[in-house]
Amino acid sequence: MREPLIVVIIACMLFAGTFLLSGYHLFQLTLVAVYAIAILGMTVLTGINGQISLGHGAFYAIGAYTTGILMTTWNVPYWATLPAAAVSCAAFGFLIGLPALRLGGLYLALTTFALAVAVPQVLKYKAAEPWTGGVQGLVIDKPDPPFGLPLTADQWLYLFTLAIGAVIFLVAWNLTRGRIGRAMMAIRDHALAAEAMGIDLALTKTRTFAVSAMCTGVAGSLGAIAVQFVAPDSFGVFVSITLFVGLVVGGVASIPGALFGAVFIEFVPNLADLVSKAAPGAVYGVILIACMYLMPAGVGGTLVHLARRRRSH
Amino acid sequence: MAGFLHQVFSGIATGGIYASVALALVMIYQATHHVNFAQGEMATFSTYLALTLINAGFAYWAALMGAVAISFIAGVAIERILMRPLAEAPVLASVGVFIGLLLIINSLSGWLFDYTIKQFPSPFGGRSLLGGYASAHELGSTAVTLIVLVLVYLFFLHTRLGLAMRAAAFNPVSARLVGIRVGWMLALGWGLAAAIGAVAGVMVAPVVFLDPNMMQGILLYAFAGALLGGIDNPLGAVLGGFAVGVIENLAGAYLVGTELKLSMALVIIVCVLLVKPSGLLGRAVQSRV
Repeated sequence: MREPLIVVIIACMLFAGTFLLSGYHLFQLTLVAVYAIAILGMTVLTGINGQISLGHGAFYAIGAYTTGILMTTWNVPYWATLPAAAVSCAAFGFLIGLPALRLGGLYLALTTFALAVAVPQVLKYKAAEPWTGGVQGLVIDKPDPPFGLPLTADQWLYLFTLAIGAVIFLVAWNLTRGRIGRAMMAIRDHALAAEAMGIDLALTKTRTFAVSAMCTGVAGSLGAIAVQFVAPDSFGVFVSITLFVGLVVGGVASIPGALFGAVFIEFVPNLADLVSKAAPGAVYGVILIACMYLMPAGVGGTLVHLARRRRSH
Repeated sequence: MAGFLHQVFSGIATGGIYASVALALVMIYQATHHVNFAQGEMATFSTYLALTLINAGFAYWAALMGAVAISFIAGVAIERILMRPLAEAPVLASVGVFIGLLLIINSLSGWLFDYTIKQFPSPFGGRSLLGGYASAHELGSTAVTLIVLVLVYLFFLHTRLGLAMRAAAFNPVSARLVGIRVGWMLALGWGLAAAIGAVAGVMVAPVVFLDPNMMQGILLYAFAGALLGGIDNPLGAVLGGFAVGVIENLAGAYLVGTELKLSMALVIIVCVLLVKPSGLLGRAVQSRV
C-alpha cells in the first residue's frame, strides 16, 4: 500500500508550506483548499450519486453569507459560524433535493442552473439589506491566531482551512466506501435495481443532496473568511460554472480529483488572465469540452486508472 | 387598470422574445433530447454580429438577415463538429459540452466586441402607441416575433423539408429507413434554432442593451416558458414563452417587485416540474422498465 505514504508526504509538504510561503501564496493555497471542499460536495452528488448540479454556487453563497451575517451582525466568532453554515446549507440542500427527486438528469441540471442565475438577485433583495448589506455586501475581519500562537493571520487561516478540509475529505472518503456510499453508487448506476435491493431511493438521494450542499456550504463559509468579503455579484452563475469545471477536470467520481480540480480553477484563470480578460472563460470552455471528449474521468480518474494498470503489470 | 394593461402589453412584448428562445430550445430538445445551455450566448453573439454589420454601413434589415444567415451556418457547424460525436453520450457529457460552449462563446463576445454595455438601434423607434400602453418597439418586435413563429410553423407543416425534420425528430430509425438523412436534419434544426435565437437577440437588445451576458436572464425565462408549455411541443413552448413574459411582468409589478423577477423564473420552473412535468401541452412520457 503506497497511498498512505503519498498522503503523509503531501500533508507534510502542505504543513511545511505554512512557514515557507509568502502571505499571498498562502492565501491562494487556502482558496485551493476551499475550492477542493466545495468541489468535493459536487463529487459526492454528481460523481457518486449521479445527480447533476449546475447550481452549487448557491450553496457556496449561502455558506458565505451565513458566516458573513453571523460575524458582522451578531459578532459570532468565525469558527462557530462553520457549524451554522453547515446546518443551514444542509437544510436548504434537503429542500432543493426534494423536487430534485422528480427531476431526472437534464431537468435537474436545468433547475439548478436557474438557481445559480437567480442567486445574486435574491442576495440583493432590499428587505434583507440590514443583514446582507445589499449590493455593497459585508466586510469580514480576518481572524487572529488563537492561544497566542506565533503565527500570522494568513498562516493560521491556512492551517485552519487545511485542518477542516482534511477532516471533511476523510469523512467523505469513508462515507463513499461504506454501505451508504455503495447505496449512492447503486442509485447512480441503476436506480431500479437499487430500489429492488431495498435501498430507499428518495431518502438516499435527498440526504446526498443535503450532505453535498453542506460540504459546499462549509467551503463557502471558509472562503468568505479567507476573502474577508461577501457581495452578491461575487456569487453569480460563474461560481457555479467554475465549480462544475473543477469537478469535471478533476474527475467527477474521484475524491482526490476534487483537489486537482481546485488547483485548476485557482491557478489556471490567473495564468489565463495575463493573456486577456476573456481568456479564462475561453480556457475553461475549451478544457471542459476537451475533457468530455478525451478524458471523461478527469485528472483524478485517469491517474487512478494509470496506477492500477502499472500495478497489474 | 391602465397600469395593469400596460404591464400586460409589455409582458407580451418580452414574452415574444422568450417565446422565440423557447422555440429554439425546443427545436433542439425535440430532435436530440439535449437542452442547449449555450442558446442564450449564441443569440448574444449573433446580436453582436448584427451590430457589427450595422456599424459597417448595412441597412438594419440587411444586417439582421446577414446575422441570421451567419448564425444558421454556425449552428449547423456546431452540431456537425461538436455535438454529433456525443449523440449517445451520458447526460453529463452533453451538459459539459454545452457549458463549455457557453463559456467559449461568452468570452468570444467579450474578447471580440468588448465588455462595455452597448446601445442597439431599433427600426421602430420609441414612440408610444395604442394610447400609451405600448411602445413602437414593443409592437414592432412582437410583430417580428410573430412573423418568425408563423414562418417556422408553415415551414414545418407545409414543406417537404419540414416534414422530413419532424420525421427525423419523431422516429429517427424509421425516418432513416425511408431515406431521410437524419444527421443533416438534426444539424438543420440546430441552424434554425441559432437563426431564431439571432432574431430574438436583435429584437431584445434595444430594450435590455447589449453586453456579453445579455441573454443570461432571458435564457432562464425561455427555459421556464418551454417547460410551462411542454418542452417537446413547439406551439406549447411559444405559448409558454408569452405566458411567462406576462406572469413575469405582473409579478414584478404587483407581487415580488422588480428585484426578484429572475427568481420568478426559478419558481415557475420548479412548480411546473413538480406539478405537471410534461407542461401544459406536452406529451407525458411513459417508459417501460
